[in-house]
Amino acid sequence: MLLEARQVATAHSPPVNFTLTAGTVLSIFGASGSGKSQLLRALADVSPHTGEVLLEGVAQTAMRPEQWRRRVGYVPAESGWWADTVVAHFTNKPSQSWLDALSLPADLLAAPVERLSSGERQRLAVLRALTVNPRVLLLDEPTANLDDHNARAMAQLVLSYVREHNAAAVWVSHSLEERLRLGENSLEIHASAIIPPPGNQPHEP
Amino acid sequence: MNLEQLSVLDLSLAAVLVLALGLVQLMMGLGLLRSLVIGSVRMTLQLLLVGLVLKSLFEAANLGWVSLMALVMLALAGYEVTARQKRPIKGWHGYGIGLLSMGVTAATITLFALIVIIEPQPWYTPQYAIPLLGMILGNTMTGIGLALNHLTQTAWASRVKIEARLLLGQTADEATAELRADALRAGLIPTLNMLAAAGLISLPGMMTGQILAGAAPMDAVRYQILIMFLITAANGFGSLLAIHLGARRLFDERARLRLDRLGGT
Repeated sequence: MLLEARQVATAHSPPVNFTLTAGTVLSIFGASGSGKSQLLRALADVSPHTGEVLLEGVAQTAMRPEQWRRRVGYVPAESGWWADTVVAHFTNKPSQSWLDALSLPADLLAAPVERLSSGERQRLAVLRALTVNPRVLLLDEPTANLDDHNARAMAQLVLSYVREHNAAAVWVSHSLEERLRLGENSLEIHASAIIPPPGNQPHEP
Repeated sequence: MNLEQLSVLDLSLAAVLVLALGLVQLMMGLGLLRSLVIGSVRMTLQLLLVGLVLKSLFEAANLGWVSLMALVMLALAGYEVTARQKRPIKGWHGYGIGLLSMGVTAATITLFALIVIIEPQPWYTPQYAIPLLGMILGNTMTGIGLALNHLTQTAWASRVKIEARLLLGQTADEATAELRADALRAGLIPTLNMLAAAGLISLPGMMTGQILAGAAPMDAVRYQILIMFLITAANGFGSLLAIHLGARRLFDERARLRLDRLGGT
């Protein structure tokens, strides 16, 4: 078992159990506000949560947080860019074949971040996470800003990474067609499982 | 030269200037008269009170009373540091970080100046100890306040950027390296400006006071240089400590960015 979640819950997401075997992709869907992003944040250990997450049998709490996040890479819906140029955000340069697979020109790496389109940001954010060589990749709607051609290319790239590296991915997707493309593993999150405290509606950031 | 005495009438004449300013603003429809009056009355009462306290303190010249006065000044300065924050660290941590970083540096540096450099007899002579501590506290309070304010406000605004770095496997220290350096710069800018302006653009208050009281200009200048060094060191070390403690409070034991520990406006 590559990744195992036991009763993982946050203040804004219901308890979730699942297991993930190497070489597979689990797609997650559910209404807006059901806590999908919060679940991914808990799996990457960037939000306080209850329950247990294990990577190859090792508990999240038994690993240093930065070590865990390198192995369980999370790409949020909104990617963060802190330096001026794109390349400054990469510890390892992405291979030419990865850039080609997502139709990204190589000179884009030297470009200033502010010149990137939202689709380019999204594709570069996934590449940035892949160059860290994660065992599990957590993707929050990674094709939301992509056209159909690039969305298919993204699914292809993630599937081939997962198979070649014996890794796994969790992919939040609203599209049934996309989920079918990713394989038969899927999980629906129900907002009804969370009881919002009075005057405090659950929300996705 | 003896200090010219100021009568109550002299001070009232100066107060009339502020009152005139308030009236002009009132006529222009800027309702600042109230704040000006309250601020002026408050300032007068505070200073008269501290004058009385200092008078009896100087007569007693006893280590216990001097320490008590120093503690009260420190506690008030600690409160002022947190009071001016836009996104203060919540709870006693916020007050504690300001108070601890200011207290440790201001106390160490004041004691060093009294015992090693100035050497009055006894070393806690209130005429030296209290104004010295006051000048150091007043300046570190501003510096630490600015540094912490920059730290918490920028962290609040850069959540996505900081988390992006954590997500790529950086430690909390790595993810906040620039943020901490910028916060230190923000805390030290007033001090750097003060150093650059000293003597050329502004005649510092203490030096002016000593000259008015009849001290020789070169003696007054030496004291002023000493104070400038003390203030700069206290402000720098105090801001460093405050930023270190504040940045640690921004993250929990799993290196998660915990902006829920910051208060609102």
